[in-house]
Amino acid sequence: MNRDAAILEIRDLEVRRGGVQVLEIPEFGVREGEVLSLIGPNGAGKSTLLLVLACLLPRRRGTLSFRGAAVEAGNGLMGYRRRIAMVFQEPLLFDGTVEANVAAGLKLRGTNRDVMERTVGDCMERFGIGHLKGRHARKLSGGEAQRTSLARAFAIEPEIIFLDEPFSSLDPPTREGLMEDLQRILRDTKTTAVMATHDRIEALRLSDRMAVMKDGGIVQIGVPEDIMNRPKDEFVASFVGVETALSGEIVGTGAGTVTVQVPGGKVTSVGIGRVGDRVVCCIRPEQVTLSTGSPTGGASARNVFPCRIVKVAPLGLFYKVLLDCGFPITAFVTAASVEDLTLREGCAISASFKATAVHLIRK
Amino acid sequence: MDLILEGILEAFRLLFTLDREVLGITLLSLQVSGAATGISLVFGMSVGTAVALTEFPGKRFVISLINTGMGLPPVVVGLFVSIFLWRNGPFGFMEILYTPGAIVIAQAIIATPIVMGITLAAIQHLPKNLRLQILALGATRLQMVWMLMKEAKLPLLAAVMAGFGGVISEVGASIMVGGNIKGYTRVLTTATVMETGKGNFDIAIALGIILLLLAFVINSLLTAIQQQQRPR
Repeated sequence: MNRDAAILEIRDLEVRRGGVQVLEIPEFGVREGEVLSLIGPNGAGKSTLLLVLACLLPRRRGTLSFRGAAVEAGNGLMGYRRRIAMVFQEPLLFDGTVEANVAAGLKLRGTNRDVMERTVGDCMERFGIGHLKGRHARKLSGGEAQRTSLARAFAIEPEIIFLDEPFSSLDPPTREGLMEDLQRILRDTKTTAVMATHDRIEALRLSDRMAVMKDGGIVQIGVPEDIMNRPKDEFVASFVGVETALSGEIVGTGAGTVTVQVPGGKVTSVGIGRVGDRVVCCIRPEQVTLSTGSPTGGASARNVFPCRIVKVAPLGLFYKVLLDCGFPITAFVTAASVEDLTLREGCAISASFKATAVHLIRK
Repeated sequence: MDLILEGILEAFRLLFTLDREVLGITLLSLQVSGAATGISLVFGMSVGTAVALTEFPGKRFVISLINTGMGLPPVVVGLFVSIFLWRNGPFGFMEILYTPGAIVIAQAIIATPIVMGITLAAIQHLPKNLRLQILALGATRLQMVWMLMKEAKLPLLAAVMAGFGGVISEVGASIMVGGNIKGYTRVLTTATVMETGKGNFDIAIALGIILLLLAFVINSLLTAIQQQQRPR
């Protein structure tokens, strides 16, 4: 089996809603067994794309094929829908017990009673809701309800599952627990999944590949490491957490490196380019190191700048430090580092980052 | 006060002595209004669901029409049903004017928009994505509609109660198309009007109480079914 071959493909897709174009995607594919995340801001078209992939929204133009066969309206559509499952942001449970809810998809298929009981029981145990089987769906907490919704989707043993922001309405501890369980179940069952989310951390944890969406199109698709470290443009860079994006011009080239003149300084980056090329230097905040020593003192980093701290803001486990090095730059440091280096607003400090930490986007 | 007291006593006398005429009137009221409600459920629920689930130009106008129909004056319905069923009218050949069948038709016309309007609102009130969720679970279109109706069963039972309540208590259409013929088309409401006109207030009160009791028993039964469905 070719693991890189797409089992679900769309080509030349255009979707309109209320006369307005909401999706335009020339080509998109989902591979067997992978977890593919669609990330992007609100209104990017993530949920719409999921609905189109699940054939729950009509296409104005374009083809959708599953395992090489075109999916069209009519009986073929019903056959396709019975091989997929979808979980929405809201659990959308039916008026009945947890057990009845988990069994809903199997009941629609006329599944044999014994098989149904066994499958439903397995699924409820897998999602940790076995003890709730007799409880009415309207009496569940948010986390329990979403677990029930996921169990209902997995009970039909779908070949591909579409998840539309399934954790977004949950509190952090509940979300964490459910995300771990879902990750394990997806791995165990080898179910192909496409998940829409605007949380890049969630996408990073669960995905084999990520697709960044903007204004109804896919801007970049690839493995998470590529998307995070080599964003295609400034939009993707900002969305995946690149805090520093400096526009400049290549003023020098060396052995596999270029020197970029940015307003207020020069940045060295690995890469190939010609003098005079316009570029944007992207630097992730976790790649920036702060020290109180001499700006040139011993660091292996090619980029070392004296700077002044503009702001130190707590960010959960980390602190976000905004610096003025002649140009603005952001660093993430631990709470211990803030204490050790006595990082305070207005203090002088040196910031450094390696040439490999700089990703160049050509303009 | 004596008049009311006498009326109540007369009502109990008529009830407990199983007065043949009153029993006949009560049974006919039940049969006619029950049949009319049944017909209104078939048309009202199917059209209400279809309108709720379908997007088409002029949908808002259609919904406005349905909502207006919920307040159809029974006498206007009675007038038009009479014209249509009149000997020279378009359906005069059926010769059903002044029969229980005519009352059923008129009452069904009154109840249908009530059931339709409540059904429409009930289905529209369900979560927007529920329909998509049901389809994504592999439901056929028919299964999807059935599941949505099951989800809306509490307001749909309210539609049954409102429809039945609307027709069991109406008098204008029944008297116009039924004619209040003794032993044939006389129902509780038309009999009450007649007895009041004759000054037989005790019998009129008795019939009114029977009508109220009937409405109460039927609605209590439906309420019990409705409340049984609620999660505890």
